[in-house]
Amino acid sequence: MKENDIRFAKLLVLVNSAVPAALLGWDAWHHELGANPVNFAILTTGLMALIFLMLTLAVTPLRKITGLNWLISFRRMLGLYAFFYACAHFLIFFSLDRGFSVSSTLHEIIKRNYLWLGIIGLLVMVPLAVTSTNAMIKRLGGKRWRTLHRLAYVAAVAGVIHYYMQVKADVRQPLVFAAVLAILLGYRLMVYLNPSKSAPATTAAARPKIEA
Amino acid sequence: MKDQNNILRDQITPPPVYFNRRNFIRAGVLAASAVATGVVYRKLNHVSTTKVKTAAIQDLTRATHAPANSGFTVNEPETPFEDITHYNNFYEFSTDKQAVADASANFQTKGWQVTVGGLVNKPRVFSLEDILKIAPPEERIYRMRCVEAWSMVIPWVGYSLSKLLEVVEPTSEAKYVAFETLLDPTRLPGQRSDVLKWPFVEGLRLDEAMHPLAILASGLYGRALPPQDGAPIRLVVPWKYGFKGIKSIVKITLTADQPQTTWSEDAPDEYGFFANVNPRKDHPRWSQATEQRIGESGRRPTLMFNGYEEQVGHLYAGMDLRANF
Repeated sequence: MKENDIRFAKLLVLVNSAVPAALLGWDAWHHELGANPVNFAILTTGLMALIFLMLTLAVTPLRKITGLNWLISFRRMLGLYAFFYACAHFLIFFSLDRGFSVSSTLHEIIKRNYLWLGIIGLLVMVPLAVTSTNAMIKRLGGKRWRTLHRLAYVAAVAGVIHYYMQVKADVRQPLVFAAVLAILLGYRLMVYLNPSKSAPATTAAARPKIEA
Repeated sequence: MKDQNNILRDQITPPPVYFNRRNFIRAGVLAASAVATGVVYRKLNHVSTTKVKTAAIQDLTRATHAPANSGFTVNEPETPFEDITHYNNFYEFSTDKQAVADASANFQTKGWQVTVGGLVNKPRVFSLEDILKIAPPEERIYRMRCVEAWSMVIPWVGYSLSKLLEVVEPTSEAKYVAFETLLDPTRLPGQRSDVLKWPFVEGLRLDEAMHPLAILASGLYGRALPPQDGAPIRLVVPWKYGFKGIKSIVKITLTADQPQTTWSEDAPDEYGFFANVNPRKDHPRWSQATEQRIGESGRRPTLMFNGYEEQVGHLYAGMDLRANF
């Protein structure tokens, strides 16, 4: 792909990733989120955070399997969207569900295992978002940066378990996320155990690409 | 040759036009993709919009005539009809509360029968018409507290379950009442998956079932029950979590032993047989101290026995309500 086409493709991803947030806001404004709008917004933003975590983790396997190296240029944006939706998810819980009460929020988090996991998932994404800039990649150096950004696995695992644990009986949807995550992490484990197979193609492209 | 070259040069699209056309196509692609993403979002994150219009119930006794301290009415704003009919836990149709209204829109209740038997002197199969004739319809405005920590205020139409039980005459061995929902995966598509054990079963201790607050409901807001709320006949026990209010009942059985109820069988550490609303006994995974009243912003404190302690507290005198949740 040409530089110009990649820029346009990134614009496509940027705009489309914002569509769910825009529609959620639109529906909220028009009172069309149903009987329990706060719950609906919490659930929707949580699902979006999980979907974007999965998309982010899918970039590298897809790139290696297809050889389409330009796919890497979407990873940062997808990751930042995961962080954006996760933040929205927490902030709606904190503001509209807990009424901005720090004590009530902390009380709930400390008592509930699934909220613990959710918070862990959110917090480990903070350093990833902070170090997502080109300047930070340079400062850390590719190797350390890559090691740090393996925290994305922790965020995804915590997020999926967090979702699974709060469902009442119908665990089908959380299990779909778990299966996707298992494939994405399983692929990495396979590559790790058989480095010879994919090594030549990997080294150059796995490095985070620094762009203007 | 010279001429040809000239013509060709003239035919070359000037760069500004060329780039404009490309930008134009790109803008179109961008807009189309955003619309497509929006459509997918709407499909996956669907909110039911089916309108509900069931028959009005005649000769209804309004709750304003309710005796003082009976608990038959409550001085809190009623939850809008739209919300009561578009936010339903009815796993036989869908596990998504906002999808039940659409999924249940064509549910047929023609020829409905309710079999009442077990430890009774006069077992009987009632047609819906007959069971509704047992007592005149009364309006009962109750709080409804879901175990998921949200709540509503619902103007039900029904009569006390005790009236039915008096007709069939429980024997002296009868200690419990078990209820069953219709089992029919063609009409109740949710029963094709095994998220819960079907048919749905609920139960009450006989003294609970005889309490005047426990009703068999056949309507809400003065109209016949819509499918999503448990048509044509359901149980409402306002001091217990909503799941005790079993929907679309086809069978009522008086028993000597405590019936095995669906949710408590599915997760015995999370859902007990009694399931009395209790703000001091948390669900293992979430707090029961407060609730989201549908239609309100912010949360309300949850009341012991959902605010019906005065009426039903004596049923549980001396019982450890944290152990017997």
